[in-house]
Amino acid sequence: MYIIIALVALVFIVLTGVVISRLQGVLKSINKTDSEEVETSGNKFNGAMFIVILIGGAVSITWSYLHAREFFLPEASSIHGRRTDDLFWFSMGILTIPFIIVNFLVFFFAWKYQHKKGHRATFYPENHKLELIWTIIPAIVMALLVFTGWKAWSDITAEAPRDAEVIEITGKQFNWIARYGGVDNNKLGDYNYKLIDAQNEVGIDLSDENSFDDFTNPSEMHIPVGRPVLLKIRARDVLHSVFIPHMRVKMDAVPGMPTKFWFVPDKTTADMRAETGNPKFDYEIACTEVCGQGHFSMKMRLIVDDEATYKKWVSEQATFLSTYPEYLAKVPENLKAKAMKYVPAEAATPAADTSATSAGGAGASSSLR
Amino acid sequence: MSAIEGLETAHHHADEHDHHHEAQSFWQKYIFCEDHKVIAKQYLITGILWAVIGITMSVIFRIQLGLPDSNLSWLKPVLGGWISDAGKLDPNFYLALVTMHGTIMVFFVLTAGLSGTFSNFLIPLQIGARDMASGFMNMLSYWFFFLASVIMFASLFLQQGPAAGGWVIYPPLSALPQAHPGSGMGMTLWLASMAFFIVSQLLGGINYITTVINLRTRGMSFDRLPLTIWSFLITAVLGLISFPVLLSSVLLLIFDRHFGTSFYLSDIYINGEALPNVGGSPILFQHLFWFLGHPEVYIVLLPALGITSEVIATNSRKPIFGYRAMIASMLGIAFLAFIVWAHHMFVTGMNPFLGSVFMFLTLIIAVPSAVKGFNYITTLWKGNIVFTPGMLFSIGLVSLFVSGGLTGIILGNSALDIQLHDTYFVVAHFHLVMGAASAFGLFAGVYHWFPKMFGRMMNTSLGQAHFWLTFIGIYLVFIPMHYVGIAGFPRRYYQFTSYDFTHKFMDMNMFISIAAIFTFLAQFIFLWNFFYSIFKGRKAPQNPWRSNTLEWTAPIIPGHGNWEGEIPAVYRWSYDYSKPGAKEDFIPQNIPYSQTPESNFPHENELIATEKVIESQNFNDQFKTHH
Repeated sequence: MYIIIALVALVFIVLTGVVISRLQGVLKSINKTDSEEVETSGNKFNGAMFIVILIGGAVSITWSYLHAREFFLPEASSIHGRRTDDLFWFSMGILTIPFIIVNFLVFFFAWKYQHKKGHRATFYPENHKLELIWTIIPAIVMALLVFTGWKAWSDITAEAPRDAEVIEITGKQFNWIARYGGVDNNKLGDYNYKLIDAQNEVGIDLSDENSFDDFTNPSEMHIPVGRPVLLKIRARDVLHSVFIPHMRVKMDAVPGMPTKFWFVPDKTTADMRAETGNPKFDYEIACTEVCGQGHFSMKMRLIVDDEATYKKWVSEQATFLSTYPEYLAKVPENLKAKAMKYVPAEAATPAADTSATSAGGAGASSSLR
Repeated sequence: MSAIEGLETAHHHADEHDHHHEAQSFWQKYIFCEDHKVIAKQYLITGILWAVIGITMSVIFRIQLGLPDSNLSWLKPVLGGWISDAGKLDPNFYLALVTMHGTIMVFFVLTAGLSGTFSNFLIPLQIGARDMASGFMNMLSYWFFFLASVIMFASLFLQQGPAAGGWVIYPPLSALPQAHPGSGMGMTLWLASMAFFIVSQLLGGINYITTVINLRTRGMSFDRLPLTIWSFLITAVLGLISFPVLLSSVLLLIFDRHFGTSFYLSDIYINGEALPNVGGSPILFQHLFWFLGHPEVYIVLLPALGITSEVIATNSRKPIFGYRAMIASMLGIAFLAFIVWAHHMFVTGMNPFLGSVFMFLTLIIAVPSAVKGFNYITTLWKGNIVFTPGMLFSIGLVSLFVSGGLTGIILGNSALDIQLHDTYFVVAHFHLVMGAASAFGLFAGVYHWFPKMFGRMMNTSLGQAHFWLTFIGIYLVFIPMHYVGIAGFPRRYYQFTSYDFTHKFMDMNMFISIAAIFTFLAQFIFLWNFFYSIFKGRKAPQNPWRSNTLEWTAPIIPGHGNWEGEIPAVYRWSYDYSKPGAKEDFIPQNIPYSQTPESNFPHENELIATEKVIESQNFNDQFKTHH
């Protein structure tokens, strides 16, 4: 790669040299022109430069594109992602045509019609037919692109299917926290930002019985492959934005306004490791809305499991209440009995935590979905 | 300078009736001056100084992004504590740099420096007016801008650093000092500065509009206005409608920051504390901001397109192709500019139906833009092109405008924006289409009107060298940046080492940074050329580009009032270049048809009858004694 940079640097230097040497010549003749005549110094050189840039530009854009391709993201791992990718490259393909035509014409005309002594330009102020043509053609192309884009957009943003796996993801400075509906009822409990504290990081409202079996994870998110996943997105402090590049997923996280995005991942992490030939491959969740000092490192690992592994993983998670049994105090009296199920038998002995959880988890896995 | 003095004595007698002309002191002449030409130069030079600061910032963060291993200790004398002992840039300061780069370039360079300079300079000179409608307001406009500049500049020196939430300053980040050091005093000063800046823009805009409507010389009907003036007029209208919305959003943000209101804040838990604010919406700010923010793109771009129209026509020695279509497309763009703002917000959680609507409206903008592009090309076709530096930059602008504009069609498509939003693809797109293209318009304008501004010529060869190095440099920076964006790199990242998916492409980022430094260095050619030529440049002839517009009929260095004696009347449009049958390949606007029977078209011969009427008109000349 250093070779390329060196090459480019060389081109610059040569170019600078050429320009300066041209300068010398022109500077000498500068004092001669004082009349009202049009000054055309360097016309031939500049005209030729347009052709050089045209050819050089075409070659370097083609080459750099071919070179850059290997660094692009691998094929999308979600169904809608492949659709938008196809649409992207289709649009890019179409737009390359005017890109080439316009730049060719601009550069070519500049060279072709450069000033010639005694020559006079053609007085050609308008041609309504021509103008109509190049109003209508872009309009038609736009209509086509709008239509395909609109179809894709309305499908992607449609209501999530009923069987979607609902997972909450909350952004804070500077990490993401995933919350799952739980080992038993798979329903997310209520939340309230005023209940947030050092342990209860997403403000789980324990007066809602659905929250008893909720569990959170501040470092990784597991999702099942092959069925819709609905992300319920929240932010705790400032704006964040959930970005899963391999899934082509992006949605802002807004304090006070829950957002959502659903997608169907159809390649497990294991699939991707095989496909990319990289045994360490991992899906990642990033932040794309500037949120402060740690914005560039708000990473969460995303693991796409097959259904069985996913269910097993869910069943093994420690519920929030089992991790922090002291929150039992926040459960209303009439629901205490229900909540007790998720609290280790001997809340006072931390050693009991794990066994109680795994027992609860085993029981839960059968009732899950 | 002798021309000015000559002019002033000439007017002395004519003026007695109206007002007393006293010899102006240095302060009146160069500092608190009401003359539009001086104000234009003030805007230009302030803009250039800001550009130097703004572009230097971009080079610093490009070093951080492209050459992350480099030791920046050599910047310690300037940046002090922002460089760690290990020679690394502070991550907070990185965010401050990108924020200030954006703010400075968009508002202070490309809005004030471009539109402020050329609207002020060209409107009176090209429409044939003695000065702006209100010289005093015009002066105020500059000094409010200056005040805004001073405040913004001062914020750079704060211990905690200047504003750092991105140039769009989305709350809650910008509203909560505890969220980020840049949201403290730096943001307070940013908001204060912007408030003054908006006042400046409004004072200026009202003046531009009033002047164009009321002070056109005899015969200068709207369909004879040069396209520059059309673009300045439309730009001023855009600014007048959209800037107040930014002002209100800024004011509400100030309320949220200092007076405990909840316009943009709701359900926030930060630093171990749940804030009491409920019911506000951060999205509201984004709507308000982009209601200005999107027209702002065109406020920046339209003057550049206007300048380009003029320069391309003059130097192709051809009438601009489709004069009326050019005006119509500018009006179309201006109208659409107000109803596309939410395409910046496709993934903010806004109602998806709104997304569909805004996608549709956004893509319509491509149509008038395409018309403009094609019209420029047809103007070049069969021309007799003189590659003055101004012309080169105008041709470059067309290329950049189209290349950058095309990717806008991708980004305007909400389905595709999901992946590309806030990646380097966006950065590449808008830098080409609005950043570089507008900057090229600024350069084209400076090279083209420098002789009128300073009575001297800039060095052509240096200008050409500047163009080629800049043009190549810009493409070398921003074409590869599209690849980085397609690879999913998010913008405003201090470094790319935290993620596997960004842990590659290092050489591409390095390449971009080197190209950026190269382009940056090329700008010193311009700086030298500009400042050297002000004092030592070759004396300008009366009409160096053999142009048709009215400013070239004024004295080489126009004095107060622009024209000695009567303001010339206008009899034709400004694009009679290479007219068949004409002696010269240009016929200035002030030449009546009766003097050019050899080149008149039949319908123009009919207009000869109206010339007497035009001549006998007498209005808008403040210097005229007999009313």
